[in-house]
Amino acid sequence: MTDALFFYLFAVLVLGGAILTVTQRSAVHSAISLAVSLIGVAGLYLLQQAEFLFAVQIVLYVGGIMVLFLFVIMLVNLDQAAKQRQFNRQRWVALLCVGAVAVEVAYFVRKGASAFQIAKTPAAAAVSQEGNTEQIANVLFSQYLLPFEIASVLLLVAVVGSVVMAKKRI
Amino acid sequence: MGPITTTHYLALSATLLLIGTIGVLTRRNIVIILMSIELILNAVNINLIAFSHYWQNVDGQIFAIFVITDAVAEAAVGLGILIALFRNKETVLADEVDLLKW
Repeated sequence: MTDALFFYLFAVLVLGGAILTVTQRSAVHSAISLAVSLIGVAGLYLLQQAEFLFAVQIVLYVGGIMVLFLFVIMLVNLDQAAKQRQFNRQRWVALLCVGAVAVEVAYFVRKGASAFQIAKTPAAAAVSQEGNTEQIANVLFSQYLLPFEIASVLLLVAVVGSVVMAKKRI
Repeated sequence: MGPITTTHYLALSATLLLIGTIGVLTRRNIVIILMSIELILNAVNINLIAFSHYWQNVDGQIFAIFVITDAVAEAAVGLGILIALFRNKETVLADEVDLLKW
């Protein structure tokens, strides 16, 4: 019961924040709405016993990426952009396409619910001795070691790339 | 209110994905387009975590970590490109960047 209550609370946070993010005129308001939405997503992680990802979501998204976005918003002068037309000319075609995808996804979610029996509640967790973070660490550093290293190279490339992009003279 | 099932999470994540897609396709401001991409990646993560919880298997959470890594890299490089663009063209509107269009 409390689970359902919190699910709907976080769902409202996530969807409300998301809708405000794509409709707000000012980019700063959009960023704040995005932060609300991301906090809601973090709450959903917590509801599903992914405590490590909950912490990562708060620290990385709400703490890191949002600050990055706000920095860029302050750095780039968005005043004229906020006064101009906010949606581009292809918006009706775009909404039509999104509607088509929505019908498709709704059909598959409905169909999948019965076909794969995912509509039942998750099986009660076998009480494991190790915590969520320990489990993730065990799998990440044994089974997924190579992808982990590749991800670190990706981050290095991203750091170099963003520095080069933001440099005045290359 | 019935019990919350995996299907609820899938429906929520699908809705979030569609909202993010609307943002990417219809907004002109590049900053907001990048934010919408973050929304889409978060929808993917909700999906992964829901199935990870359903199967009682942490592999889904590992994948979510990689998705978050990608999201961070994408945001950093994207915002770097945005700063370079603003320095050269004095605009942040996506449809005013049409040098490669004829």
